[in-house]
Amino acid sequence: MRAPASILPLRVENLAFEAEGKSLLGPLSFELPRGGITAIIGPNGAGKSLLLRLCHGLIAPASGRVNWAVEEGMLAGRKRHAMVFQRPVMLRRSARANLQHAASVTHAGRRVEDALERFGLASLAERPARLLSGGEQQRLALARAWLLEPEVLFLDEPTSQLDPGATRQIEASLERLAAEGVTLLMTTHDLGQARRLARRVLFLNRGALVEDAEASAFFTAPRSEKARSFLAGDLLW
Amino acid sequence: MDVTTAFSEALGLIFGADPKFLQIVGLSLRVTLTAVLLAAMIGLPLGAWLAVSRFPGRNLVIIFINGMMGLPPVVAGLMVFLLLSRSGPLGAWGLLFTPAAMVIAQALLVLPIVIALTRGTTEELWLEYREHLTSLGVSGLRAVPTLLWDGRFALATGLLAGFGRASAEVGAVLIVGGNIANYTRTMTTTIALETSKGDLPLALGLGIVLMGLTFLINGLAFGASRIGARFAG
Repeated sequence: MRAPASILPLRVENLAFEAEGKSLLGPLSFELPRGGITAIIGPNGAGKSLLLRLCHGLIAPASGRVNWAVEEGMLAGRKRHAMVFQRPVMLRRSARANLQHAASVTHAGRRVEDALERFGLASLAERPARLLSGGEQQRLALARAWLLEPEVLFLDEPTSQLDPGATRQIEASLERLAAEGVTLLMTTHDLGQARRLARRVLFLNRGALVEDAEASAFFTAPRSEKARSFLAGDLLW
Repeated sequence: MDVTTAFSEALGLIFGADPKFLQIVGLSLRVTLTAVLLAAMIGLPLGAWLAVSRFPGRNLVIIFINGMMGLPPVVAGLMVFLLLSRSGPLGAWGLLFTPAAMVIAQALLVLPIVIALTRGTTEELWLEYREHLTSLGVSGLRAVPTLLWDGRFALATGLLAGFGRASAEVGAVLIVGGNIANYTRTMTTTIALETSKGDLPLALGLGIVLMGLTFLINGLAFGASRIGARFAG
């Protein structure tokens, strides 16, 4: 029997999360097939970051399941999904040493030098990572994730703290990753970014998945009243 | 003997490389460095483990260790004395009144400092790194090497503080070492003894060396934090 070639599709089934007896997310279900960029949008407290963390396995759900096509999203003993956080966590080392650390603990398949080159970090390789600018740190976080050869990349508001120039660089990197076949699931507050990048939109409100639609359809003719209000700039309660 | 003469003779002992003087300084440094090394070997991993672990009674353990940082040296000396005395549980080892006993006593004093500082430093790092490291599949004990390495400059400062405490300590080494000439006599015990005998030059000379050590340690600690800020961010 041949080993599965992909960890996708990801099937999220009746996923719910609660804290101190209060429901914060779900139950919700959706499927993430291979390819493209899916944007999770919604107001603050909708559960967007929570959903990413549940899918990536950083926290355990109260109920429901995150089903990868192969167990825990691992192929050949390596986890094939990675995550980039809103505030990139930089180890107290140089940019290169940050990549080397990730490569050594995960037995990454890609080379550190290639990652530095690809994300335009070669000239910054010896600089302490924590002293890089916000955009440079986020590029380093992307490079670190790329090292792991992820099939799926989760991104939590990857450009929320960046200026337009740095945002453009990150978006270009994301588009390149998507074009190379990496499946991206990202949260964003920036509707313009969702319009520019996403092929599909998951719209969350107060922990519920209100709409799951093609991006073009969602932005031109949202089905739900909540989504219409959100796109019109109304404050949702 | 007036103070000026004593001071001048003390400088003579230092710069004349008096063999007896150097023997005392050498033994003191050997005992203290060994004690700090021993405390570091036990305390660094233990402190980091405490930072990433969650178990019932963890807070009590932390309170106990923090409390042990204030352990009076004479009590530490007494504990090691009871442990190593002929009727004690480790009496058969025959270590009482040897430099090894002094190392154990000083390590006992330094260990809580190392554990507490390591826990504090690595716990702060763990809070910051946890999601990233967990995302990489590195959690719990596997995170300890990363945390220790990234906390290395702060931890170096902690170890230097431990060295400072041990090198300036007199009560514990006096009890378990016995202050035996040419064998277990350290700088601090010599200063205490020679001052009481009125031999001020030797006491003053050793006092100057101890003060120099204190400044050196502070300089190194300052340097470690500056290097940390420059190279680790």
